[in-house]
Amino acid sequence: MRSAPDDITDTLGGLAIFADLSRPELERVAHTLEERYFAQDERVLREGISGSAFYIILEGEAAAIAGGNRLNTLGRGEFFGEISVLLGEAPVADIVAVRPLRCLVLPGGFLRDFLQDNPRVCYRILVAEARKLANTARRRA
Amino acid sequence: MKHAVISADESAGGMFRKWPFFQRLLSWTKPYAPFEEGTREYERYDWNSLLPEEKANRALMRSMMDGTSYYPSRPEMERNLAGFAERTGITVRFGCRWTGTRRDGERWVLETSDGEYRCQVPIFAVGVAEPWRPQIPGIEDVPHYAQTRPAETYAGRRIFIVGKENSGFELATGFLQWAKQIVLASPSPAKLSINTRSLVGVRARYVQPYEDHVLAGGVVVLDASIERVERTGKTFLVHTRKAESQNELVFEVDDVIAATGFTSPIQDLPTHGVATVGRNKLPALTPFWESAAVPGVYFGGTIHQASPGLRKHGIPSNSGGVNGHRYNGRILAREIARKHFGIDPERPVVPRAEVVSYLLNEFTNAPELWHQKSYLARVLIRDPKRGIVDDGILPLQRFVDAGPPDGVAATLEENPAGDIYPVLYTRRGGIGAEHDLSPHPLHDFRTRDHERAVVEALEGLLL
Repeated sequence: MRSAPDDITDTLGGLAIFADLSRPELERVAHTLEERYFAQDERVLREGISGSAFYIILEGEAAAIAGGNRLNTLGRGEFFGEISVLLGEAPVADIVAVRPLRCLVLPGGFLRDFLQDNPRVCYRILVAEARKLANTARRRA
Repeated sequence: MKHAVISADESAGGMFRKWPFFQRLLSWTKPYAPFEEGTREYERYDWNSLLPEEKANRALMRSMMDGTSYYPSRPEMERNLAGFAERTGITVRFGCRWTGTRRDGERWVLETSDGEYRCQVPIFAVGVAEPWRPQIPGIEDVPHYAQTRPAETYAGRRIFIVGKENSGFELATGFLQWAKQIVLASPSPAKLSINTRSLVGVRARYVQPYEDHVLAGGVVVLDASIERVERTGKTFLVHTRKAESQNELVFEVDDVIAATGFTSPIQDLPTHGVATVGRNKLPALTPFWESAAVPGVYFGGTIHQASPGLRKHGIPSNSGGVNGHRYNGRILAREIARKHFGIDPERPVVPRAEVVSYLLNEFTNAPELWHQKSYLARVLIRDPKRGIVDDGILPLQRFVDAGPPDGVAATLEENPAGDIYPVLYTRRGGIGAEHDLSPHPLHDFRTRDHERAVVEALEGLLL
């Protein structure tokens, strides 16, 4: 069927990591992911709690918080959770909704297949990770 | 609490007069189980009975079944619900339809076909049974699953089913002996519950069409986007496109059925700010099944599936079925009584010497933990005045995110490998930690090893 929520297929098409996908590919991705809503101040990822997932922000804003300190803020099109899923470790920070947040979610166990099935998305994610690393290195320098 | 129950149906169990289309439910009730019927432990083996306080009305489903299957038929399930309502004396105003909602100061006003109800706390248990279709050009002209004709009227016909979840595969299973050809299609691959090792995916009962497809017996299970449905005289042309090849595949068929799922008839609630989520547009809920956007508006029954909990390892709750939401319902009633009416029954004290054996017994036999893995938990808290207090069965997410300063939540979880194992979540001075225990081949966690693990997790907290 054309993407469950057509608006989600359209929204995905506007996000950088999905920019290389055709319409049928976007529909397949939209079908694979699940939409979640988080109220303001609700925790999305929990430091030290296993079995998490990969999240892509559709709308709203989230903050990464560790040891009571806000590390950074994430907005539309950004993603999180991939590091703990790929390493098979519990998250090292909380991710909290700063204001009402809509995300697409892929359970951790499906991430490897998802990346292998969608190499162009995988490449875009790698580029974004490289950019994050470079920015962190610049800040530390 | 003073309350009123209204229902648009003419009597209890209305949904089961219509669905599932092919007569039997997907939830089982085992007539013979390791525990006596009517006990709390038996509930693990009986997914369909409701939960009264009095023993005489427990495990009613079993007494309503004729013994030909451990899946109740629709009429048996309807009798189960109607019998429960009658025997427990629940007063319901049937034939009364909720038509609109408005605020009147602190109160809610429910407009109904029989006049207005005013209440402090509305609970909408309106089900997830309203047909939903995706926006595919032409799909508005094809019947939904809910409008499927009797199976024999499809004899010798080519059928295209849009959707590869349980309802699509249920129809395909029912059509196997009648249809000339069956095509099931949707953009992403079908998930099977025996592969996901959970209730995610097509249940084993409906896998026969998948085997037919794998053996090239005439059923086609296709991963493709459906671009449009075109009526051409007595037949339909269904235009599909596979994501990988980008090639168009066109099917000429006699019937198209949209097995595309259901939504919830929450009427005007979004205009009051109730946020919805997902393709089914269910209300976004808190762990206590309250609207995440409009405090004070609660939901009941199968809509509870919209409160995902921690969803560890991607495994959802069983709140979409009676076996899950029947426990949520109890918790919800207690929470509303506490929060809105100041009624908060005293919790029992658990002697320190009994804490470990109590938790190991809960892991092994508590039906709430077995039916709602990593969703509901047995919670014990350290009360400075009373000692160790049993706070009851509660949503795990609430404990983890906003639990008491010192306490433990005991739950069961399942990992992607299919291992089922107990987990303790502790809070010490508000700091949370997770303690995974080992699985057991017979799921009996009353062992020395498990005892040691519980002691280790609770040392200095409750022990």
